[in-house]
Amino acid sequence: MKAVNKVDGRAIPLGLKNVDTDVIIPAHYLKTISRIGLGKGAFETIRAQPGNVFDDPEYTGAPIIIAGDNFGCGSSREHAAWALNDMGVEAVIAPSFSDIFSGNAFKNGIVTVVLPQEAVDRLLEVAKTDPIHIDLENKVVTTPYQDRFAFEIDDFRRNCLMNGLDEIGLTLANADRITAHERTLAQTQPWLVPVAA
Amino acid sequence: MLDSGSSMATKPRTLYDKIWDAHVVDQRDDGTCLIYIDRHLVHEVTSPQAFEGLRVAGRKVRRPDLTLAVPDHNLPTTARVDAEGNRLPIADVESAQQLAALETNAPSFGIKYIGATDREQGIVHVVGPEQGFSLPGTTIVCGDSHTACHGGIGALAFGIGTSEVEHVLATQTLQLKQSKTMEIRVEGTLGFGVSPKDVILAIIGKIGAAGGTGYVIEYTGSVFRDMSVEGRLTVSNMSIEGGARAGLVAPDDKTFAYLKGRPMAPKGEQWDQAVAYWRSLATDPGATYDKVVTLDAAEIAPSLTWGTSPEDVVPITGLVPDPKSFADPSKQAAAQKSLDYMGLVPGQKMQDIEVQHIFIGSCTNSRIEDLRAAAAVAKGRKVAANIKQALVVPGSGLVKAQAESEGLDKIFIDAGFEWREPGCSMCLAMNPDKVPSGERCASTSNRNFVGRQGPGARTHLVSPAMAAAAAVTGRLTDVRELMA
Repeated sequence: MKAVNKVDGRAIPLGLKNVDTDVIIPAHYLKTISRIGLGKGAFETIRAQPGNVFDDPEYTGAPIIIAGDNFGCGSSREHAAWALNDMGVEAVIAPSFSDIFSGNAFKNGIVTVVLPQEAVDRLLEVAKTDPIHIDLENKVVTTPYQDRFAFEIDDFRRNCLMNGLDEIGLTLANADRITAHERTLAQTQPWLVPVAA
Repeated sequence: MLDSGSSMATKPRTLYDKIWDAHVVDQRDDGTCLIYIDRHLVHEVTSPQAFEGLRVAGRKVRRPDLTLAVPDHNLPTTARVDAEGNRLPIADVESAQQLAALETNAPSFGIKYIGATDREQGIVHVVGPEQGFSLPGTTIVCGDSHTACHGGIGALAFGIGTSEVEHVLATQTLQLKQSKTMEIRVEGTLGFGVSPKDVILAIIGKIGAAGGTGYVIEYTGSVFRDMSVEGRLTVSNMSIEGGARAGLVAPDDKTFAYLKGRPMAPKGEQWDQAVAYWRSLATDPGATYDKVVTLDAAEIAPSLTWGTSPEDVVPITGLVPDPKSFADPSKQAAAQKSLDYMGLVPGQKMQDIEVQHIFIGSCTNSRIEDLRAAAAVAKGRKVAANIKQALVVPGSGLVKAQAESEGLDKIFIDAGFEWREPGCSMCLAMNPDKVPSGERCASTSNRNFVGRQGPGARTHLVSPAMAAAAAVTGRLTDVRELMA
C-alpha cells in the first residue's frame, strides 16, 4: 500500500449527509472481480444531475471530498473505497463516518478525517475557491486563510497509513498467539469445530 | 489475557463484553485487539478480490473448516435447471463470471461450498443459522453488512469489507477496537398485526440511521424475550440500518430449540456442553451499557418508510411528513430531496399511495414465519390489477421446500404472486429482479436508498404481512384491516 503523509489539493464540496454506499457506487458495478476501474460508476446518481459538483471543471482531479454526517453508511462493499481510489480521492472529511466504510477506506489508504460540523461548514466554503491541506503527521487540516482544525485519528491507523503497512503481514507476525488461542479453544469449546454436514 | 480475566470476573459484564473477552487473542497498547473469528461466511460479490489477494501473496486459508461459501446476490431467481436437470446458463456475463469465481475459489482453497443448484442454497444469512453453522457466543463475519442478522441467535456478527475478508481468510482474526454498548429495551406486548419488522423500523425511526454508529446494540425486554428466533433475526439484521455494526439478543431456550439437530450444530455431549456455556453469556445483573434507549411496545404500529433513508419511518396510519417539520436544516433538505425522488407530497396519507411492485424476500424477511405471515393475508385474495409484479422469494431451498410442504406456494400462486428460487433478488438490483425507474415497491427488504432496487426505483420498507396487504389492495395498506 502507498504511504500517505499528507493530502493537498482541491476538495469537492459535496456537503450531503447520509451519503450511502449505493450512492458512492451502485450495486450494478459490483459484479467486477477486480479492484480497479470503478471510478466510472462512482456517484452515478448524483452525476446524472446537470450542474453536479463531480463534473464541475473546478474540481477536476480533486483528491478530497467534504461531506455531511454518516458518510459511507449502508453496505460493507469495499467497492466504495475502490471507486474513490479510482477517481483519485485520497481523503474524505466529514462530521462522522459509518464504521465499516472508515475501515475499508483505511485499508485502501484513504484518510477519513472527522471534524465538527462547524469546521466542515467552513471547509465547504473554502473549498469552492481554494485548496485544502490535510497533514496526517500533525493531525491538522489547514486552509490558505489560517484556518487550522486539529483532528483525532487512531495511532495504529495513522502509523499504517504513513508507512503503507500491510495489515495481514503484521497479523501473521503474531501467528503463534493465534495458534495458542486455537489450542485453548479446542480444549474449552470443542463444539466450535463444525460438524461436517 | 488470563491475568485480566480475574478482575473481569468480579465486574458485571454485558453479553457483548463476554463474547468480546472470550475472543481476544492479543491486545495492543492503544486498545486495539486481535479478535478470533469463529465463523466466516463467504458470498460471490465481496470475495473475488480477497481470493486474488491470497494468491498474489502466496497465502492459504488458515481455517477452511470455519468458512462456508454460498452464492446469493447475483443468482437469478428463475429456474436454475432445465427439464433434464441440466444447469441453465446465466445471461448476465459479469454475474456469471463472479459466480464462477466463487465456484472455483471455494474448492481450490478447501472451503465448503453450497452451490446454486443444491437444495441447501440460499441467502447466506438465512443459510448460516439454518445449517447450525451460526452459533450463539461465536464471532461471525461476512463481507456483507447484514451479517448483523446472526446476532438474533446471540452471536457477535458483523459485516466486513473485502480487505478484511482477505485478512480473516489468511489469519482467522481481525484487528478491532471494542465498541460501545447500547441497550434497546422494548417492554410490553406488541399490538395486533405488529411484527418484528415493525419493531425494528420503529427503533430506527427513533435512533436515526447513524444513531448506533460506534455501538453494538443489545435488544432486551419482554418483546424480544417473547419474540421467535426468526423474529429476532429480522430485528438484528437491520441493526446496521441504525448505524450499529452488530445487534445481539441473549440466547435462551428458544434459541437452543431452534438450533438443536441442525446439520452443522454440535451433537451429543458437545451439544450439552455448548448449551451450558451459552447460558452463561446473558448480561449480568448490574452490568451497564454506554447508552440505553427504551420504547413502549404498545406505541409501535405497523410501520413503513416514506423516504430514502431507513430512519424515514411512519406508522401506516400516518402522513407523508412536511420537510419543514424537521428541526435540523440538513434533515429538511434531505427530506425534500427524498420526497422529490419518491414522488410524494407532504400531507399525503400513506394509505393512499399506490404501488406497482411487491417484493417478499431478502435476508430480513424470507424465512418460513415470514412466508406464513404473508400467505395468511394473501389466502383467498387476488393481487390487485395495478400490480405489475409481485415476487415471493424464499430465503433458501429448505425454506422453499418447507413452504411447499405447507401449501404456501399454492396460496401465493393462486393469488397471482410469482414463486421463485432462493436468492437476494429484488433487495439490491444485482440480478434480473429490479424495480423500473419511477415505479414504486412495497418491499420486505432492508434498504430504501436511492436506486437500491434499480435506478430510479422507489422503495417502501414493510413487513411481510404489510407487503401482502399492499399486493391485494394495490396500495400501501394497514394490514390490520385485512386480518379480522
